[in-house]
Amino acid sequence: MLFRDLSFSILPGTVTRVEGANGTGKTTLLRILAGLNDAWSGELLWCGKSRNWHREEFLRNVLYLGHRPGIKALLTPMENLRALVAPRRPVADSVLHQALSGTGLDGFHDVPCRRLSAGQQRRVALARLLIADEPLWLLDEVFTAIDAKGVSAIEALLQQRAAEGGAVVVTTHHELQLPGMRSIKLGEVAAQ
Amino acid sequence: MNAETRPLIKPQESAVSTVAAMRAVFSRDMKVAFRQRQDLLNPLLFFVMVVTLFPLGVSPEVSFLREAGAGILWVAALLSVLLSLDHLFRHDFDDGTLEQLVLQPQPLFLLVLAKTLAHWVLTGLPLVLLAPVLGVMVHLDGNSIAVLCLTLLIGTPVLSLIGAIGAALTLGLRSAGVLLSLLIIPLYIPVLIFGTGTVAAATEGAPVGAYVALMGAFLVLAITLAPFAAAAALKISLSNS
Amino acid sequence: MWQIFHKLGSPKWFFGIATRLMPWLLAGALALLAVGLVWGLAFAPKDYLQGNSYRIIFIHVPSAFLAQSVYIMMATAGVVTLVWRMKLADVFVKAVAPVGLVLTFLALFTGAVWGKPTWGTWWIWDARLTSMLILLFLYGGAIALDRAINDEKSAARAVAVLVLVGVVNIPIIKYSVEWWNTLHQPATFKLTEKPSMPAEMWVPLLLSVLGLYLLFGWLACLRMQTEILAREQRTRWVKEHVLARRAG
Repeated sequence: MLFRDLSFSILPGTVTRVEGANGTGKTTLLRILAGLNDAWSGELLWCGKSRNWHREEFLRNVLYLGHRPGIKALLTPMENLRALVAPRRPVADSVLHQALSGTGLDGFHDVPCRRLSAGQQRRVALARLLIADEPLWLLDEVFTAIDAKGVSAIEALLQQRAAEGGAVVVTTHHELQLPGMRSIKLGEVAAQ
Repeated sequence: MNAETRPLIKPQESAVSTVAAMRAVFSRDMKVAFRQRQDLLNPLLFFVMVVTLFPLGVSPEVSFLREAGAGILWVAALLSVLLSLDHLFRHDFDDGTLEQLVLQPQPLFLLVLAKTLAHWVLTGLPLVLLAPVLGVMVHLDGNSIAVLCLTLLIGTPVLSLIGAIGAALTLGLRSAGVLLSLLIIPLYIPVLIFGTGTVAAATEGAPVGAYVALMGAFLVLAITLAPFAAAAALKISLSNS
Repeated sequence: MWQIFHKLGSPKWFFGIATRLMPWLLAGALALLAVGLVWGLAFAPKDYLQGNSYRIIFIHVPSAFLAQSVYIMMATAGVVTLVWRMKLADVFVKAVAPVGLVLTFLALFTGAVWGKPTWGTWWIWDARLTSMLILLFLYGGAIALDRAINDEKSAARAVAVLVLVGVVNIPIIKYSVEWWNTLHQPATFKLTEKPSMPAEMWVPLLLSVLGLYLLFGWLACLRMQTEILAREQRTRWVKEHVLARRAG
């Protein structure tokens, strides 16, 4: 068992960081919140309603980025981004182009992703954040393979998101300091 | 981007329709497959090679081949579908697109159905199209070949659908390929029996309508039940990863 | 209501009940099997066609019968695992799957032994034997899947899905194998279908079936207890139990 007696709320307009040493279950917690891990017991409410009974409504409102970026190596960034966004809402190609350019992938829109570096592939996944309308973001190790400039851009994006009323939950090994950031500490009891 | 000009973020209620999402899943799988065409040929080559083994290994006599031909083709097709099943979810699992599929705001079993349909179009259907050539090579008569193709046309989607359950259950396990075969082959037996039995009946000149209808019933049953089981199995396998 | 349900699912509660139940199960099983088998093997009349060799049905039929019902029990427990996440159901499936496999093997083995004097061959592609062989594959697959998944909760749920799919398939498999059998070999005489079996034959048969059920119950309890101890080894009650056993 990784954790027990865990209770918290995630409010609109906040960034929450899940903290804890390796193996304390940060990723597991995020996967549980997203609905990828069923091996838990308890209650999870979305807007006051049980998440498990309103699965599709909940999924429409959450954006999850995991360790694996969810990018197909044989498809181009455009095709990948469209596949990730299109099941959620109709989206114009121009919007997708803009998002990719916004992550610094200009000139790579139509190159198969297997020709891109690991960092560039992650940027394709991150492009979703620039055009996301989901109120809840669950970001697992979002800074992995991203250069310093990219990191500060993401930090700014998260802060802006919170200011607009979005809710963000992140796990990261990177030192993240945002004003008003909340935190959930895992592995506390075990350490005592 | 300016924070003041954008409206506050609110929960969304409308998602893209399930049919559109299924179509997107299907066409993405097709696109990925056609960018790696060699992978499409492999099950077909395997199919041809397995069929070739029988005249070489047992007997090239016309009488033997005519009697055993339908069975040989069916077993070869079954093995070739089995071989291709490992890919059904594995690449998606490795690159993380499977996670995103599970998190799509549509019923997962229908998305799984779309993926399985793509799998069939890419592996089962080519086998059906190739079967007449091999049928001639094992000296089946015209009528038997037609019935054979019909049974393969109805039977191979059942193989893909049942196989999807096994592929989902063994996702991310070591030696998943062998395990997958162990789990799935017993479940393939009815399809094999009716597939070959129908051709045998046709060769003897008996009416085959009832058998074909029964295979159709298998297909309907598989379409309605297998995606649920496969979707449940996918969630279990992802939970475990 | 929910509390009772929860209690029923508690491994510790089951462990206690099983400990009290097991002597009765074992005693009943031994008594019924002794009466059934001695009666069947020694005193029941000879078959007019097969002589004494038919007597293997007193082992063959009960094991074949139980092999099939164990699979259905596993599927029922699988539903409980998937819907209510009851730990005890997970333990049950894991504990009885190998028992089912052994029973299926026993049914096949006795069938082959019986086939030698009656059909003159060890194996015949008879519809029943073939169905049992496929059942053996289904058990084998479930056990292999269970062993392949490290996390016991995921393993239980994956096996539950597989067993449920299998149970939907069993009638289809049985039907298709029977159809296949009539297609390929008309006029095999069926041995287990005796329209007029005298009471001196079916009463001991019934007793052996019931006896084997009780034996299965005892074995299931025993294996479940072992599994529970292994799974709950970190809990206090297991530690206390083990210490008490060692002291006593």
